[in-house]
Amino acid sequence: MNFSVIAALITRYVLLYTRNPMRLFELFFWPVVQLLVWGFVTISLQQQGGAEFPKYISFLIGAIILWDALFRSQQAVAISFLEDVWTRNLLNIFAAPVRMTDYLAAAFGVGLLRVAITAVLLAGIAAAAYAFNLLQFQAALIGWYANLMLFGWALGILSIALIVRWGHGAESLAWAIPFMVQPFAAVFYPVATLPGWMQWIALSLPPSHVFEGMRGVLAGKPFDWSHLLLAFALNGVYLALSGALFARTLASARERGLLVKVSSS
Amino acid sequence: MKALDRPAALRAGRPPIRIHRVGVSEPILEIDRVVKRFDDFTAVDGVSFGVHAGEVVGLLGVNGAGKTTLMNMILGLITPTEGAVRAFGLDLRHHRLDILRRTNFCTTYAALPGNLKVRHNLEIFARLYGVRDPKRKVAGLLELLEIEKLADKPTGQLSAGESTRVNLAKALLNDPELLLLDEPTASLDPDIADKVRKLVRRVQRERSPAILYTSHNMRDITEVCDRVLFLHEGKILASGTADEIVRHFDQPDLETVFIQIARSGDLEGRANAETELVPPP
Repeated sequence: MNFSVIAALITRYVLLYTRNPMRLFELFFWPVVQLLVWGFVTISLQQQGGAEFPKYISFLIGAIILWDALFRSQQAVAISFLEDVWTRNLLNIFAAPVRMTDYLAAAFGVGLLRVAITAVLLAGIAAAAYAFNLLQFQAALIGWYANLMLFGWALGILSIALIVRWGHGAESLAWAIPFMVQPFAAVFYPVATLPGWMQWIALSLPPSHVFEGMRGVLAGKPFDWSHLLLAFALNGVYLALSGALFARTLASARERGLLVKVSSS
Repeated sequence: MKALDRPAALRAGRPPIRIHRVGVSEPILEIDRVVKRFDDFTAVDGVSFGVHAGEVVGLLGVNGAGKTTLMNMILGLITPTEGAVRAFGLDLRHHRLDILRRTNFCTTYAALPGNLKVRHNLEIFARLYGVRDPKRKVAGLLELLEIEKLADKPTGQLSAGESTRVNLAKALLNDPELLLLDEPTASLDPDIADKVRKLVRRVQRERSPAILYTSHNMRDITEVCDRVLFLHEGKILASGTADEIVRHFDQPDLETVFIQIARSGDLEGRANAETELVPPP
C-alpha cells in the first residue's frame, strides 16, 4: 500500500465533492428523504395499528440508517470509478504508477467518509423526529457498520468490473446492484418472512445477518455474536471473489483494449 | 542497437525501409516484434524499434495505422498479443509500475477532472507520481509553460490550447525519462502549436528524455522529430529523417508522402533507388 497515493486520490474526491454542489446535495438528499418518508409512513400506520407497532418503527428506522451504510459504500466505490470515466481521466489514472489496490483503497476511504457523514446526519434526524437512539446498540453498531461497508465495497468492486467489461451500458447497474440484493437481504423484514428458497440466499448474504442481529437486539434479545461472526466470514468470501473477478476483468480489458474504449467513449 | 531494430515485418516478407539509424547506446524504449490483434483485426503487426535518450521519434500514419494502440501498449493500457515492450531495460509485463514512475504522457484522448482547479489537478498527479515537493514543482511547470494565470481556473473552463499546455505540464511533472506525446498539437491554433513544438524541443534539449511523438501535423514531425517511423496498417513502412523519407519516396514533401500512402496504401513502386534500404546489422 502506498499511503501517499491513497491520500492524493482521497484528496481528489474530497475536492470533487466540495467543488460540486450537486454532489453534496446528492450525498444528503436521498438518505434524508427516505428516512423522513418511511419514518412518517410507519408512524401513520402505528397510529392506526395496535400496541405492537412501536417496535416496528424502531426496526424500520434502524434498517433505513444501516442500509444507507451499505448503499453509500457501494456507491462510493462505483461512483469514484465512474467519476474518472465521466471526466475522461481514467487513462491518466491507469497509466500513472497507481496500484489498483491503492485505487480501491482510496475509493473505500471515500466510502468511509460518506457513510460517516450520512450516519451522523441520519442518526440526528432519527433522534429528533422519532426519538430513535442509534447509539443504543453500543459496540454492536461498529460490527454492523463494518460488515455493511465491507459488503458495500464488494458490491462496488463488482460494479466496476461490470462497467469495465460492458462499458457505459453497465453504468445503470452501478445504481441497481444494491437493490438487486435488497429483497434477499432481509433489511425491512425477518428472514423467516421469505419463501424457503429465498431464505437460503438471504442466509448467504452478510447484511441479512446484520439486520437479523439488529432486530433481535431491538426485540430485547441478547446480542447474537454468531450473526456478526458469520457476516464477517461471508464478507471475507465476497471481497475475495469480487477482487478476483476485478483482477481478471482488468487483465481481460487490457487484452481487449476495453480500458481505452471505456475511458475515451 | 540489437536485434530489436531488426524489422520483424521481414517475417511477413515485406521489409520496412530503413534509411537512418541513431545512436549506439541502449535505447530507453524498446519495442520488440510487437503484435496486437483484436479478434480478426491486426492493429499492430510485428513492429520493432527503439527510442534513445534525447531522441524524438515521430510516429506518423493515417487514422487506424496503429499509432495510438502502440502508445497504449507502452503505457500498459493494452497488452500486446505477441512481442515485448521494454523500457529502461525492464519488461513492461513484470515492471509496469517501475516503468510508469519514470514515464509520462500527454494525449488528446484523456482529460483532467474539469471541476478541479488546474493547480489542484497538477498537485494531485504530482503526488501520484511521487514528486517530492508538488507545490513547488507545479509552480515551476506553470511558469515554464507560461500558464501561471490559469492556476486557479477550473480545468473544465480552459480553451483547447490551455488544456493542452496543462496536459503537457502534467506530462512533465515527474521529469520523465520516457515521454509519450499523442497528437499534442491537435486542435491548436498555429501560434499555440508553435509554442508546443518549441517546448518539446526545449524539454528535449534540457532534460534529454526519449520522446515518442504522434501527430497528423507534418510541420510537427519535420520540426520536432529526429526520426520518423511511418506506420501503415500496423506495420512500419519506412523509417528515417523526414527529409530522407521524402527523398526515398521521391515526393515533394512529407505531406504528399502521407496523402499518397493514405490513398494508395503503398508507395513502394515510387521508392528512390539512391536512398535504398540500409541493411540491419
